[in-house]
Amino acid sequence: MSATIRWVRGGGLSTLLLLLPLLLVFGYFAWFPIGRAVVMSFQETNLVADPAWVGLDNFRQVLDDPLFWTSVRNTFFFTGLALLFGYPVPLVLAVVMSELRRGKGLYSGLAYLPVVVPPVVAVLLWRFFYDASQTGVFNTIFGWVGLGPFAWIQDASSAMPSLVLQATWANAGATVLIYLAALTAVRGDLYDAAEVDGAGLWRKIGHVTLPQLRGVLLITLILQVIATFQVFTEPYLMTNGGPQNATVTVLLQIYNYAFRFGDYGAATALSVLLALFLAVMSAVYFRLTRSWSTT
Amino acid sequence: MSSTRRHLGAVAAAVMAVSLVAACGSDDEPAADGGSPGGDGGDEQVTISVSNLPPATESATREAFLARVEEFEAANPNITVEPSEYEWDVTTFAAQLAGGTLPTTFEFPFTDGQAMIERGQLVDITAEVQALPYADSFNPSVLEVAQDDSGSIFAVPTTAYGMGLHYNRAMFEQAGLDPDTPPASWAEVREYADAIAEATGQAGFAQMSQNNTGGWILTTLTYALGGRMEDGSGDDVTATLDNDGTKAALELLRQLRWEDDAMGDNFLFDWGTINQAFAAGQVGMYIGGSDVYNSLVTENGIDPDSYGLTVLPLEGGDAGVLGGGTIVGVRPDASEAERDAAVKWIDFFYMSKLTQQDAALADAEALVATDAPLGTPALPIFGAEQLAESDAWVADLVNVPLEQMMPFKESILDQPLVPEPPVRAQDLYAELDAVVQAVLTDENADIEALLETANGNVSSLVEAG
Repeated sequence: MSATIRWVRGGGLSTLLLLLPLLLVFGYFAWFPIGRAVVMSFQETNLVADPAWVGLDNFRQVLDDPLFWTSVRNTFFFTGLALLFGYPVPLVLAVVMSELRRGKGLYSGLAYLPVVVPPVVAVLLWRFFYDASQTGVFNTIFGWVGLGPFAWIQDASSAMPSLVLQATWANAGATVLIYLAALTAVRGDLYDAAEVDGAGLWRKIGHVTLPQLRGVLLITLILQVIATFQVFTEPYLMTNGGPQNATVTVLLQIYNYAFRFGDYGAATALSVLLALFLAVMSAVYFRLTRSWSTT
Repeated sequence: MSSTRRHLGAVAAAVMAVSLVAACGSDDEPAADGGSPGGDGGDEQVTISVSNLPPATESATREAFLARVEEFEAANPNITVEPSEYEWDVTTFAAQLAGGTLPTTFEFPFTDGQAMIERGQLVDITAEVQALPYADSFNPSVLEVAQDDSGSIFAVPTTAYGMGLHYNRAMFEQAGLDPDTPPASWAEVREYADAIAEATGQAGFAQMSQNNTGGWILTTLTYALGGRMEDGSGDDVTATLDNDGTKAALELLRQLRWEDDAMGDNFLFDWGTINQAFAAGQVGMYIGGSDVYNSLVTENGIDPDSYGLTVLPLEGGDAGVLGGGTIVGVRPDASEAERDAAVKWIDFFYMSKLTQQDAALADAEALVATDAPLGTPALPIFGAEQLAESDAWVADLVNVPLEQMMPFKESILDQPLVPEPPVRAQDLYAELDAVVQAVLTDENADIEALLETANGNVSSLVEAG
C-alpha cells in the first residue's frame, strides 16, 4: 500500500496519465489495427458479415500463389540494387559536401530537394521521363551522346533498375542530411592527428570518418533494408507490377489481394509473413553487428 | 509548488484522455447502425443514401439530379433520399462498406458484379426487382451479370455497351485511309495500323495491359476470334485460356508489335492512360467499350471530329462480342425497408429514363445543358425495339458525332453478345495481363508456354471456386 502511495507521490500517476493520450492514440491507430490484421489473417471476411475462421488457409493460399516467389525475388532484387546504389551514394555525397568550404548549405539543399517533391508527383514525372520512344526525355539526352533509345520501364529486364534509380534519387537526400549531421560530431582533432601521422584523404576517410560513423551507418543500413522491403509507391505508380510481373513486389501483392481482389485474409496473411521476416532479420542483424555498434 | 504542478498535469492528462475516448466513441456510433434507420418495410419512415450526385462544378446536371430527388420524395413521402457524390471505386469499396460510409445504392461496372456477389457484398433484391412491371422484359444476357448461379438478382443493369474498335479519323486521313471505311477484318486492322504508324510515327494500334485490362481486352479479342476463356457452367466450369482464339489473338498482337512495329513504344496502358493517349492523338486504333466516347469528351477533351467507332471484326465459327455496362446494387446490410426504398429509387431514377418518354427527355436536356455527351451507342437493357424507341425520344438532342459512330451502331445488334468468363473473371484477367505484357515486350515470348502456365494457374483458382 505504501508502495502505491509512494508511486503516486513520486509522480508515477501523473506520468501515466500524461502518457495515456499517447497510449490511446497509438493503441487505437497503430497497435489495434496490427492486432486486428493478425486475427484477420486467420479469417475469411468481406468486412460486413461475421468472419469465418479458416485456420492457416490464407497462409497456404499466399504461399501457393505462383506470384509469391516472383514477388519475393523481385523485392530482394529491389533491395539489393537499392543498397548497391542507394547506400553508398548518400555517404559519398555527405563526405564530399562536408569537405566543401563554401556553399555547403546550397548543396545540402539541392540534395534534399527531391525529398520535398511529393512521391506521387516524382514517380509520375519519372514515368514521363522514362518514355521509351526516341523522343522521351532520357532517351533524347542519351541520344545526344549516341546511346539508346532504351526501353526503361517497358522491358522486363530494365524495369526494376529503372525503379531503383528513381527511388535512389528520391530518397538519398534525407540520408545525406543524417550523415552530414553525424559528420559534424566527428572530432576535428582526430583528423589533425591523422594528418600529423601523414594520412591522406582516403586514409582519413577509411580510418577516421567511417569508424566514427559506424553507429549511424549500421542504423541507416537496417532502416533502408526495412524500407526497401516495403517498396510500393514506385512499382504501383510506375509499372503496376509489369512488364511480365517483373516489378511485382511483396507489398504490391498485398495491395492487390486486398484492394484489387477484395481478399483481406490473404492480404493480412502476407503482411504478417512480411512483418515476421523483417522482425527476425532485424534481430539477427543487430545480434551479428553488436560488436561493431557504438551503443 | 512542484506537487501542485504535478497534480495539475495529472488532471490535464486525464481530461485529454477522457475527451479522446469520448471522441472515438462518438465516431463509432453512427457507423454501427449504418447511418440510417432500419425497418421492416411498409409505410414507416426510411432514409436511403444514393450515389453519383454530380459534383458542384456540373451545376446543371447536379440541379437536375436534386430535382429528381425532390420529385421522388414527393411521390414517396415515407422515403428520405440523401444524395452522395460517391462514385464506385474497387480499391475503396470494401473499406467504405465496412466503415458505414457507402451509400445504400451505388453504381458499378458489369465486370465486377460476379465477384461482389460471390463475396456477399450485395444484398439479394430478387423479390423487389420481380415486383417491377418490366421485370420479365430484361435482356437475359444482360441481367445475368447481376445474378448468381441460382438466378437470384443482386443488382439492376441500367446501361449496357458492346466492345468496339475506336479509331482516330484524322490519323486515318494522314495515312491515306478512308475514315468512313474502317477495317472490317483483323488482317485489315493490321494493315491499317501499319499504315498509320508509318505515316504518323505514332502507335497504329494500342492495347491495354495493366490492372486486369490486358486480360479483359485479350478476352474481347479471343471472343472476336471464336475462342472462350472458360467452358461449362455452374459448378462444372473449366479454364480454357490456351484455346485457339486466344493463341490467334496473341499472335495478332505479336505481329502488330514485332513484325509491323505498329504499336508504338508504350505497352503499359490501362483504361485511363490509353484513353488519354488516344485523345492526344498518340494512338490510331484501340479496343474498348462503346461508351468510352463519354469519358474521352468529359475527361480527355477529345476533338469530336477526329473520333470514329466501328464494330470488332468477328472471325471464326463461334465469334462474338464481349459486353459491359453499369449495374446498380444495394448495400448488403440494408434492411428490408431500405431495400424496398432503394429499388424504388433505382426504378424511378435509372429505369424510367429507359421506359418513360418524359423522364428520358428531362434527363437528356440536363445532360445537353452541361455539354455532357448524349447519344453514344448503347446495347439494349430490355430489347432492340425498346432501345430504338427510347433513342427516338431524344434523337433531336443528340450532341455526339453519331454519323462517325454509325459503322458500330448499324452492326452491333447483329453481333452475338458473349458474357464475361463466369468464374474468377478478375483473377483470370490479372493472370492474362502478364501474358499480354510478355508478348508486347519480349520478342521471343513463347505464346503456347505462356498460355499453358496461365491456364494452369487459373485452373487451380477455378477449381477452388
